[in-house]
Amino acid sequence: MLDVAVSYNRYRFLGREFLTWLWYSLETDPKLAVSVDPAIEEIAVANRMVLENRGPAGLETVTIKGDDPGLEEGQTALQKGALVSELSLTFTSGDQRWRFTLKGESLHITGLKVPDTGPVETEADLDGALLEKAALVERAVHLIEGLFSRFIRIRISESWQTEVLVGIRKWIGN
Amino acid sequence: MGLMSTSVSVSRFRVEGKLEAPEIETVAKGLKENALSEIEDAAAEKTVGWTPFRSPYRPLFEDRSFVVGEYLVFSLRIDRKSIPSKVLKKEFSEVSARRLAESGRPYLSRSEKKMIREEVAHRLILRIPATPNLYDLVWSLDRQSVWFFSTLKSANEELETLFAKSFRLTLVRLFPFTMADLTAGLSDKERDLLERITPTPFTP
Repeated sequence: MLDVAVSYNRYRFLGREFLTWLWYSLETDPKLAVSVDPAIEEIAVANRMVLENRGPAGLETVTIKGDDPGLEEGQTALQKGALVSELSLTFTSGDQRWRFTLKGESLHITGLKVPDTGPVETEADLDGALLEKAALVERAVHLIEGLFSRFIRIRISESWQTEVLVGIRKWIGN
Repeated sequence: MGLMSTSVSVSRFRVEGKLEAPEIETVAKGLKENALSEIEDAAAEKTVGWTPFRSPYRPLFEDRSFVVGEYLVFSLRIDRKSIPSKVLKKEFSEVSARRLAESGRPYLSRSEKKMIREEVAHRLILRIPATPNLYDLVWSLDRQSVWFFSTLKSANEELETLFAKSFRLTLVRLFPFTMADLTAGLSDKERDLLERITPTPFTP
């Protein structure tokens, strides 16, 4: 395996490409999340998106936030060559809801809110709550890893250039 | 932001290497030997060690309560002393004035000022209590994964160092390339393709 620091820097673009592909895929493929976790009922872009354009003129950043953000500004930034560098997502399963933000460069998960665990009154309750919390975090981690795995297989395949990128460019243009 | 907080941040790692059997006993030994030292070194600006999730201010690993179902749950504790800059400035100014009066000279040399600053900082460090910072960790032996509940660079670096020292295992940070390489289940041929990819322009 390549040195960690070298691979972090050389392939840092992969995270931004992943988040941009993810936004496009969420908009155009309603079955995407279900293919990773069949129990997911709804997945959507949540209340924050950051786009970065690393052009010759330097770094330009566009931040879109709010409870019901208009994403047209994001699409305009994509048309100018920007890629998504941070993306907030929310998903539901039954009556439970998860919400988190993914950072493109590191794929760190920040602001992860999972459904409430049971109240902790005794030592035994704490064990139960810890297990429940770990399982809830696991659902989000599993989803992210599944989506990323899907992306990376497409990204290294021939269909990336011949099909996927064509679709993304058309979507950006619209 | 700990594991049980309403909102958490997570850095993920892949654990590389093999724990000596019996695994739980090896982990328990590593935790005990590298627990945060209760006998605080008064002159140390920073102390780093493991502490139980359930009793973070009593860093003793007397039982196996860090085993929670299929997970190992414990915390990294970093106790840090930091001297407020205004306090340092005030003390430095007082000592400098005293030294000047004693020497009868109109000014202090650069090296004298440096020495005074170091003396003052050392004296203040002895008087200031350390601030404890706790970072929870969930380790799945089966999945060879660690979730660390902080994305702070310095805390992540301390974690990688202490984890290697305690358990003789390497933590590999999961970021886009390492996720693709280690967790996406790629074949050798696909890995070769991965190493060759370059950025794609998303606009024509």
